[in-house]
Amino acid sequence: MTTTVAAPAATAPVAEAKVKRGWTQHGLLFVAPFLVIYVAFLVWPTLLGLRMSLSSVNIAGTNDDFVGFDNYAEAFADPRMWRSLWNTLVFTVLSTVPLVLLGLAFALLVHHLRFVQWLWRLSFFGPFLLPSAVVSILWLQMIYPPDYGLINGTLGTDVLWLGDPSMAMWSVVMTTVWWTVGFNFLLYLAALQSIPQHLYEAAAIDGANAWDKLRSITLPMLSRTTALIIVLQLLASLKVFDQIYLMTGGGPEDSTRPIIEYAYDVGFTGYRIGYASAVSYILFAIIVIVSLAQLRLFRKRAEGSS
Amino acid sequence: MTKRFSLSFSQLVLLAVALVLAAIWLAPIAWAVATSLKPEDETTKIPLQWFASEITLDSYRLVLETGGIVKWAINSTVTAVIVTFLTVLFSAMAAYGFARTQFRGQRALLALILAGIMVPPQVLIAPLFAEMVALGLVDTWWAIILPQVAAPLIVYILYKFFQDVPPELEQAAFVDGAGRWRVFFTIVLPLSRPVLAAVSIFTFITTWNNFLWPFLVSTDPNTMTLPVGLANVVQGTFGLRYAQIMASVVLAGLPLLVVFVLFQRQIVRGVAHTGLAGQ
Repeated sequence: MTTTVAAPAATAPVAEAKVKRGWTQHGLLFVAPFLVIYVAFLVWPTLLGLRMSLSSVNIAGTNDDFVGFDNYAEAFADPRMWRSLWNTLVFTVLSTVPLVLLGLAFALLVHHLRFVQWLWRLSFFGPFLLPSAVVSILWLQMIYPPDYGLINGTLGTDVLWLGDPSMAMWSVVMTTVWWTVGFNFLLYLAALQSIPQHLYEAAAIDGANAWDKLRSITLPMLSRTTALIIVLQLLASLKVFDQIYLMTGGGPEDSTRPIIEYAYDVGFTGYRIGYASAVSYILFAIIVIVSLAQLRLFRKRAEGSS
Repeated sequence: MTKRFSLSFSQLVLLAVALVLAAIWLAPIAWAVATSLKPEDETTKIPLQWFASEITLDSYRLVLETGGIVKWAINSTVTAVIVTFLTVLFSAMAAYGFARTQFRGQRALLALILAGIMVPPQVLIAPLFAEMVALGLVDTWWAIILPQVAAPLIVYILYKFFQDVPPELEQAAFVDGAGRWRVFFTIVLPLSRPVLAAVSIFTFITTWNNFLWPFLVSTDPNTMTLPVGLANVVQGTFGLRYAQIMASVVLAGLPLLVVFVLFQRQIVRGVAHTGLAGQ
């Protein structure tokens, strides 16, 4: 490759300018196809949703009157909205903690094992590749049923995993951990593999044992990854819908209904799509706040490290 | 000597722990397979038994003959392949445009796209559905495909990648008189194969498994994707035929697991790479 760079002196600066962001009529053409789809199916619906949340529009597109902030005022006075928001936050906290800790534990375990890497990866990451519908139907129909389900049948217990309002959220979390911990596991595994080996060698010379190495090399080196995984996990958990909708439908007694399902219920079952938009945008605001916090966090860290 | 022993001893302990955990993690899938191989009247026997009096493939035969599962699998494959192809092509073009060319309004457009990373598609279901109704696209593949192509995160990942590609390679081609498009398609894209593979895998998995949006825009069993068809129809029509339900579950879960076993290295890299892109 280096031989071809030795080109006539006159054309080289032109070529260089071209590569290095010279003005070009092509620029916008490169961006255009994505931009058209992006504006049509992300930017526009975002604006439309805001407008709809200020209107009384129904799912048929009729009764489209501007009502100001009435939908938001109604949402903030709606106990079912608060319940679903609360359920979402509870699910987020209950799922994030084990998903991060188990992801780390599995990765540390597999990283230190010398044999059959494919088996551990398939076991722990495999479930992540299953569609939510597959996971939900499997757990609903064959794992959680109180009589012939796998858990009660194996352990000899008689827990109403999904039928007991005080138990259902824990069960939903358990299924979610089984299903998605593989993602965090893989992220941690990749991070572990990128820790320079010489750090451990140096520590070994200083007489450090396995626990010392874990505490003073591995965990500090993983702190950036951990911060990232926590934020990604919070964002993912806040958006929970599939497995709850499919396993409990939000019940029993609204004990698991997340806010996206509530928006779906009022919009697509109750036909009040304007109100549904307002409920969705309450979650949207929370997600934007978490995302902005993430940006600040990582900008600070990037500045600190450079 | 003692050192060697303690090393292998700790390896044995770790191995034992890993085996137990792997067994727990694989148990639900194994249970689904075991149930699917039972005769229908033995699926809910108490106490549990992993193997019934006979092993039969009847449930699979019935599901494949009577259900829509083959049709949904085709729908899922076609839509996921189209989404992946369009996403990667359009995102790579856009990312290259932002990384290597200049045009009026570029910074503002890039900011607009980066801001979109914060917008979760789940909160847009109501307006997006209204838009699809207005466009007359409900119950078509396009309703499933188009919103999933609008993935700003992929543009961002590829943008970061193109910024780090040394410009000398393109420079040589420009000197030889190649145009910008030829340079993009014959030099930049082939050079980016690993990162393109990574985002393709990531996009394919997400699209294949997506539920909420395809579920909202497909009411016609003929356009449903696999997860939607399964969720909609299994519980409605299969009644208490657990062997058939589990056969459907196994058939629906199998494709990506087989793909994973075959392309494990690439998938692991793809997911790790794309997942960590925010760093």
